[in-house]
Amino acid sequence: MKILVCISKTPDTTAKISFNGDQTFNAAGVQFIMNPYDEWYALVKALEIQEANGGTVTLINVGGADNETIIRKGLAIGAENAVRINTEPASAMSTAFQIASYAKSQGFDLIFTGKETIDFNAAEVGAMVAEYLDMPYVSFANEMKLNGNTAIIGREIEGGTETVEVDLPIVISAAKGLAEQRIPNMRGIMMAKSKPLEVMDPAPFQDNVTTKQFELPTAKSAVKMVDPENMDELVRLLHEEAKVI
Amino acid sequence: MSVLVFAESHDNTFKKPALESVFFGKKTAEKLGTQCVALVLGNAENPGQLGKYGADKVIHLSDASLANFDSQVYSSVIAQVAQATGSNVVVLAHSSNGKALTGRLAVKMNAACVSGVNALPETNGGFTISKSVYSGKATVHYALNAENKIISIMGNSLSPQIIGNDCPVESVAVNIPAAKVKVVNVDRVVGQVPLPEAEKVVSGGRGLKGPENWGIVEELAQVLGATTACSRPVADADWRPHHEHVGQTGIAIRPNLYIAIGISGAIQHLAGVNNSKVIVVINKDPEAPFFKGADYGVCGDLFEVVPKLTEALKKFKAQH
Repeated sequence: MKILVCISKTPDTTAKISFNGDQTFNAAGVQFIMNPYDEWYALVKALEIQEANGGTVTLINVGGADNETIIRKGLAIGAENAVRINTEPASAMSTAFQIASYAKSQGFDLIFTGKETIDFNAAEVGAMVAEYLDMPYVSFANEMKLNGNTAIIGREIEGGTETVEVDLPIVISAAKGLAEQRIPNMRGIMMAKSKPLEVMDPAPFQDNVTTKQFELPTAKSAVKMVDPENMDELVRLLHEEAKVI
Repeated sequence: MSVLVFAESHDNTFKKPALESVFFGKKTAEKLGTQCVALVLGNAENPGQLGKYGADKVIHLSDASLANFDSQVYSSVIAQVAQATGSNVVVLAHSSNGKALTGRLAVKMNAACVSGVNALPETNGGFTISKSVYSGKATVHYALNAENKIISIMGNSLSPQIIGNDCPVESVAVNIPAAKVKVVNVDRVVGQVPLPEAEKVVSGGRGLKGPENWGIVEELAQVLGATTACSRPVADADWRPHHEHVGQTGIAIRPNLYIAIGISGAIQHLAGVNNSKVIVVINKDPEAPFFKGADYGVCGDLFEVVPKLTEALKKFKAQH
């Protein structure tokens, strides 16, 4: 079983967000992490499948050299090797294009992504990789088992779960429930240092979406406290002021 | 040239995201001086009703092989219909199926694509569109620089309004590829509006102390016509089902009204709910961080406050 796990880097949820002018993200002082859906669910499910069926788990990341911290973390959790495509991830489509360009000649049985990144929440990369490779795509998987060459997958839908069957090879995006988060242990961290991490040049790609401007939200007005003995007042405010009931 | 809207139908009916998408598509088409064509795949009762929300015509393909969702099949069909109708803007809902299609379609149609937008595009001298990013801590404006454009819209971004009458329904010839993904079971909660579509949400946290106390949450939700939700620790402890978990790793929602009961407001929870239009926080701890992100706060014992609020709402409903 040859498995590829796509990982990306995001600012930690608690990070203070600011911009250089209004055009680019200001990374100064920001703590970056591996996108939780990639780390907790996509990577761990890939490892579970590899442990049960044999094979290899390869990580791929599109980004600069400073992304190697999260790549080494993925190796410490248990991936065997990693590839970094050495270019700034300008858009979902350029990222997907780089991943697909690498994967197309590798014969992966399974390609995992997280269901979305926690910074841009676009949920596009998995679908785009699947289209570039002309493979089936199952999004938001929260349960998965393999029966020979067939995957039986539960996927999140509005207010429930849809169960599907599909033959490998496939692209899957991982949601909560697919696996349980693993914390890298000391042995894993030590071993990760000597695992292969190949750096590759990007394939040429022309983006068709550009960022014009970032904007910070206007400050929220202060909370209006209501006397717990006077819920009629809260109802009045929701009706007359907020106009939501 | 026209704007093509993929209007999802489930169990033969159009839910709010489909109506929002059509309305959004029509408003976009007006800005571009063109028509809005809605595409319906699979069974749907009276697809012509989409005309009420702005569709100038509906393409309905009811082939039995389209009854179940496979992103490869659907994206192929949508791209073929876009070509047949001369559409270079495609609008979808940022829903479970929409998210599986947007990226595929963008690659297939060599299109510029933005997912999860929350406002109509600006079309004066180009085509720009905005979305909320970094857990609601910023908004980004993108320029779409390709002839073809794909946009998926967040729920509750634009209230769909009735602006027309039933419209003509047509069919076009397409090649439907064989599905590789077979749907074997669908397990959907019935009765409640699904969380991503809900206009009002009542959510409970650890402050409820145990699953046996959820009656007061459910009663409040019922009086309001709201959907129930919960925080992550509550879902992790199996007090409530996982599909009710809102927050960063659960479902991100943007209702008009979000009432948080006994939830302290960890940043991971806020990340999933802070696009709500109005937030009410009920918590006994005056230091709970959630109060800072709330519009209205009630500092008190939820076991007393919530039943009082339910009574006050019943009284209000009786008078209005």
